[in-house]
Amino acid sequence: MTLTAVAPGESSTLGRIASGELDTTHGAVLYLEEISVSFDGFKALNSLSLSIDVGELRCVIGPNGAGKTTMMDVITGKTRPDAGSAFFGQTIDLTKLTEAEIAHAGIGRKFQKPTIFERHSVFENLELAMKADKRVWRTLFSTLSSPQRDSIAETLRLIRLGDAADREAGLLSHGQKQWLEIGMLLMQEPKLLLLDEPVAGMSDDETERTAELFLSLAGKHSLVVVEHDMAFIEKIARKVTVLHEGSVLAEGPMAQVQNDPKVIEVYLGR
Amino acid sequence: MSRLYGTRGWILLGAFAFILFVAFPVLSLKVSEQSALHLSQYWVTLVGKIMCYAIVAIAMDLIWGYCGILSLGHGLFFALGGYAMGMYLMRQIGREGQYQSDLPDFMVFLNWKEYPWHWWNTEHFWYCALLVVAVPALLALVFGFFAFRSRVKGVYFSIITQALTFAAMLAFFRNAMGFGGNNGFTDFKRILGLPITTPGTRMLLFAATGFVLIATLLLARWIVTSKFGRVLTAIRDAETRVAFCGYDTVSYKLAIFVLSAVICGVAGALYVPQVGIINPSEMSPANSIEIAIWVAVGGRGTLAGAILGAGIVNFGKSFFTQAFPEYWLYALGLLFILVTLFLPRGVMGLLQRSAR
Repeated sequence: MTLTAVAPGESSTLGRIASGELDTTHGAVLYLEEISVSFDGFKALNSLSLSIDVGELRCVIGPNGAGKTTMMDVITGKTRPDAGSAFFGQTIDLTKLTEAEIAHAGIGRKFQKPTIFERHSVFENLELAMKADKRVWRTLFSTLSSPQRDSIAETLRLIRLGDAADREAGLLSHGQKQWLEIGMLLMQEPKLLLLDEPVAGMSDDETERTAELFLSLAGKHSLVVVEHDMAFIEKIARKVTVLHEGSVLAEGPMAQVQNDPKVIEVYLGR
Repeated sequence: MSRLYGTRGWILLGAFAFILFVAFPVLSLKVSEQSALHLSQYWVTLVGKIMCYAIVAIAMDLIWGYCGILSLGHGLFFALGGYAMGMYLMRQIGREGQYQSDLPDFMVFLNWKEYPWHWWNTEHFWYCALLVVAVPALLALVFGFFAFRSRVKGVYFSIITQALTFAAMLAFFRNAMGFGGNNGFTDFKRILGLPITTPGTRMLLFAATGFVLIATLLLARWIVTSKFGRVLTAIRDAETRVAFCGYDTVSYKLAIFVLSAVICGVAGALYVPQVGIINPSEMSPANSIEIAIWVAVGGRGTLAGAILGAGIVNFGKSFFTQAFPEYWLYALGLLFILVTLFLPRGVMGLLQRSAR
């Protein structure tokens, strides 16, 4: 059997996604415009507009219920907006694609609670996440090529789980699970990473290393980090967006946002 | 080879094949009936029947044990395969029926003058063999497509599959369906020109069933050890994550549901010539639930456990229904409760624990 998955770099398609490079000619990787979502009358997002530049590391903060997770749900296709548009690059309309198609287009998401495949080994978790032709038939006959093995090994090193490759993922510590999930995202070779509370439950040491990792990823990837941990945000933040009641309250460098009286009133001042 | 089983596994499988393909034929056909070692037709039929159930159990384990989808309609796919084979067997009766007509007895009884449209071409074995595979596949494809696309999951999926098999049973009870109503098909005479009740033919059917059982086990094992198999277990454990990894989970669930249905259809087709009857009671909801019990008893997600579970429960059933007929259902219920409480990983879990 010599059928292998699509080699890295080679374009693969799923469903109706056109192959080829993401069109980011206007400098932005993600545009949200006037997005509104309501659940039973409650406005989770209220004409939210946001744009993320290529290679940017953006931090999103806001009190509970500000709409941070709903925003991620809209971007990844889990929730459909009632109004507004969401574009990935210039051409990909996110509101028309399924979760799997969006993942294929190049958006990776880390959940608030670490979501990994607990019964698979750490290695298999990365293997399943790896960018490849993910259609049924190809997956049935897929075997790992040596560049693919190398790329898994490299990610294992990066997330410091090199010694735990064969361990069942469910047996990892909480912090390690967080790292594994980040590793899975990286295996997808996404252009945009959405990270929902990535350092929750991590030790100070682990948090420190995560900050380093994110800073090293910015530039190659675009990152959107939602966090409550202000110390962590201060460490990595360049541009910060503050959400409040489903729309953008303030946006700018950390120092400027911290001194914004509106922000102090709803969030930081408490 | 080594991806499928280790040395011990292949030795066990070899021993199993030896029993099926050497010991059984010799003890049943060559050893004289006076000898204590002789295996009677009763045993050949019983073991043959249980092997058909074991094939169904593997199909169930693939979808439930590995992909977490509890289908309680697998008895329907089994029965459909059985009916497709039954149609061929009815055509093979020829004019030897009660009424000496070209038509099966039940059609003469209903005063029908010719075969209804859906019996077209059923006198050919190849066509019926095609139906055995195609009918369950098509039904699973259409039903599964709508269920999985609408994200019907968990207990809701189990309930609608129960409803599906129940509805089919009511339909097959009707004489107008042209499948013999509540009597179904029986009194078969020949298969592929061979008289169906002779020990030789029975042994051939037995061996064919054994072959399909082993082939199904190896195919299933190959699937679950592939990347596709790992995606299935990932769907079972964290479906959302699988979708966010870029897998279209609907096609994966559909693929395994259709394959599982086809395996059941083949098992049904092997079952009918051995037991000599197929009727709508095979579609009763309780039958489908029993399939799930076999797998639970044997141990989900182990394949070998599915075979073991089907064996244990059905030998138990055949013993109980002769010795204490009225207590079988209590025994089955008790077994299920005990397994759920004390052996969540089934008999295989117990064996693995004691092996360590």
